[in-house]
Amino acid sequence: MTLLRVEQIDSRYGLLQAVRGVSFEVTQGETVALIGANGAGKTTLLRTIAGAHRPHSGRILFDGADVTRLPAHRRVSMGIALVPEGRRLFPGLTVEENLRGAVVPKRRGRWNVQAVLEVFPLLQPRLRLLAANLSGGEQQAVAIARALLSNPRLLLLDEVSLGLAPVVVNAVYESLQKVIGEGTTVLLVEQDLTRALTVAGRVICLLEGRVVLEGESRSLDRDRVVGAYFGLRRPAVGGAPA
Amino acid sequence: MSEQLAVGAPLKVQRWTPLSRNFSIGVGVLAVALAFVPIVLDSNIVQDLTNLLILVILAVMWNALAGYGGLLSVGQQAFIGIGAYATIYFAQLGVAPYAAMVLAMLVAGAISVPISLFALRLRAAQFAIGMWVIAEAISILVRFDHALGAGTGISLIQMNQYDPSYRQAYTYWLALAFTVVFLGVLFFLLRTPFGASLQAIRDDEDAATSLGVRVASRKRLLFVLAGFGCGAAGVLIVANTLFIDPSSIFSVQWSAYMIFMVLVGGLGTFEGPILGAILLFAIQTIFTQGGPWYLVGLGATAALFALALPRGLWGTIEERLGLQLLPVGYRVVASKTPTKTEGETA
Amino acid sequence: MTLVNAVVQGIFLGGYYAVLACGLSIMFGVMRTINLAHGDVAVLGAYITFVIVDRTGASAFVAFLVAVPVMLVLGYVLQLAILERSLRSGILTPLLATFGLSIVIQNLLLITFSPDVRSLGGSAGAVTTAGWHVTSDLTVSALGILVLVVAAAVFGAVHLFLTRTRAGWALRATAEDADAAELVGIDSRAMHARATAIAVAIAGIGGLFLAIRSVFDPVSGPIQLIFAFEAVVIGGMGSLWGTLVGGIALGVAQTLGAQIHPQYAALAGHVLFLVVLIVRYGGGRVSLPRLRGVVALGRASRQ
Repeated sequence: MTLLRVEQIDSRYGLLQAVRGVSFEVTQGETVALIGANGAGKTTLLRTIAGAHRPHSGRILFDGADVTRLPAHRRVSMGIALVPEGRRLFPGLTVEENLRGAVVPKRRGRWNVQAVLEVFPLLQPRLRLLAANLSGGEQQAVAIARALLSNPRLLLLDEVSLGLAPVVVNAVYESLQKVIGEGTTVLLVEQDLTRALTVAGRVICLLEGRVVLEGESRSLDRDRVVGAYFGLRRPAVGGAPA
Repeated sequence: MSEQLAVGAPLKVQRWTPLSRNFSIGVGVLAVALAFVPIVLDSNIVQDLTNLLILVILAVMWNALAGYGGLLSVGQQAFIGIGAYATIYFAQLGVAPYAAMVLAMLVAGAISVPISLFALRLRAAQFAIGMWVIAEAISILVRFDHALGAGTGISLIQMNQYDPSYRQAYTYWLALAFTVVFLGVLFFLLRTPFGASLQAIRDDEDAATSLGVRVASRKRLLFVLAGFGCGAAGVLIVANTLFIDPSSIFSVQWSAYMIFMVLVGGLGTFEGPILGAILLFAIQTIFTQGGPWYLVGLGATAALFALALPRGLWGTIEERLGLQLLPVGYRVVASKTPTKTEGETA
Repeated sequence: MTLVNAVVQGIFLGGYYAVLACGLSIMFGVMRTINLAHGDVAVLGAYITFVIVDRTGASAFVAFLVAVPVMLVLGYVLQLAILERSLRSGILTPLLATFGLSIVIQNLLLITFSPDVRSLGGSAGAVTTAGWHVTSDLTVSALGILVLVVAAAVFGAVHLFLTRTRAGWALRATAEDADAAELVGIDSRAMHARATAIAVAIAGIGGLFLAIRSVFDPVSGPIQLIFAFEAVVIGGMGSLWGTLVGGIALGVAQTLGAQIHPQYAALAGHVLFLVVLIVRYGGGRVSLPRLRGVVALGRASRQ
């Protein structure tokens, strides 16, 4: 069944249109990757779905309900959780404090502090450290754990590999596999094409705010994806591509 | 909001529009005409107009700080008070009153320089209230000086040598001269690259710094200019009312007036503060009894403008109509004759 | 010995400043802005308590307990009606809006009550005048002890609230990063209102003590704001316990200044404040880039 439906979403920053008329669906249990170059609108789109950004027009339907006008904190109690770009932990709070408070009373379930620590054992000895003093990979772990603690039905991940060493990214994705394996619906933004195609069943490619390609990762030709990613196959506009 | 310019159309950068050219000439004519007021009109009107000019100077200076420099000061009354008391001080030393006034203004400006050295390192609230504390501290220091009247206040008795209507005329002309000078200095500053860099600082200070804009020196210049300007206002206040006391001349009420005039008139515009001053003057003339209800109105209006109409009256007019009476900005205009267009627009 | 007495009196005075400044510090911590009407809010609290005392003849302390819910509601209304909007428009707007509000409050108080000074010292019972002469030079007043104890209690309570309760955690999270707080289910608007409500209620305690230990009138607000702000800055902006330290430091500076000359009291405080500012060039240095980011995001996401 369709868990998330995005209909003709148009998101702007002032006069700048970051997302133009984007529509797609995500089925429950799916893992979908949003790919695209910088500035393609991926983060804006995720933030719009999470409720951190009000769209200019369009609708977001979550489990059938229209959540377009719902503020972010209400969407959390409905089951949408975003792991934001740049981690955005609470730097002055300890790891434990970052986690404990993120438990949403109305949404108890499989994930509690104990459970997330099992998925991210590296955090166990660091519970009393201030979040600001963690390494990038550790922060990413806390950020994901924090989102999980609301037992989301839809987990949104924005560039979890950003700024992390490949080894660390591997570890993060390994932990993510466990989450995905449990049946959580995941929509993730990933710049690394290979990883995106590996982890996700379906990819959606954005370019300049529009969907230019969508399909099952297995069946997509890599060249085709690369072409869509860079906009190499668009009808020529005023000359050679940049 | 702005029209779409076709790609390939040649562009012109304009500073003057016919409207601003006419208006500037008009302003010049007005300034000359105003000089004749004491000769033609009653001395009550002269005194009223002097008050109006004081308000104009205060509004323009506060706007220079907050609108162009992003420096919200709730303590400019420090310089108002310094200007006023310095006048008394020099007059007591035997300097001719009007010479004392010019000297006093210079002293106020000079004092603003060392203050700027640390005040400008403060941001937002610290700066705002820090300036207020400085004003309070100076006010307390003045109260210790019995030669300056201590807490009860003092009169500028040296003005008794002039016949009242002559005195009012001289004061008025000094006020007019100060107004023209300060408005002129600000106007020309804004037309230079300095003015453009101010806009950059206001929009994004870090980005401006990375472009090489020396933010600190820009702000210092505005701060010192405001020091001179508010000092000039203080000088004119004592010249006009002949009596000052620490509580009223160093009162934060002056900041309240400045904030009202600039917020309502138009923060960050050149014409806005002048409009705000005229408005406040009109309101003060209508509500001569003053009193708390009038102040409630002022405070509420200022707050409402801050929340709902941050660009002020003039700013909103300017935005809606694309109007610019005084040429402090640049306009990009498409030339009327298009050249051959090449291909589609992106 | 008189020096010791001055310091002791300064500590008592500092306790009052600390309570007065506590609310200002909380609002700054959560919303990174200074409420320029804070002093007037404290004075308003004093007037509310005064009205209750006047009508019912109750003791000032009992009357204050009745005033607390009023102050809490006032805080919520203040935030939702005025401050929340101003937070989205940039750094200067909250300062301008609260400055206008300050003038409105002062003059509404002037209209409602006359300019006469009032005091609640008479309604506070024996504590106003009781004291012990420890030595010929050293007096310890019951009121001073009470204010100090209340100050410690208030700061302690706020600390426990912030660190041990879920509601407090939500406030701290909002203070750290309001945008990220929203993403973990915290209603940042409600948190701002909560912070203001608490701040206003505590300001009311400050107003109560002002009224008991001294006199107040409709225009007493601004100078209280200055003292409160000085306490916050001296103790370090953004630090809760720092405000307690700052308040006491301010109080001691003032009483020591008074030792030199009675009129030097406030001036000594101003000098200490300015010196701390010069040395530290404003404590907002670190939080400013983050604040800009929050402001910019706040504006973008609420379009």
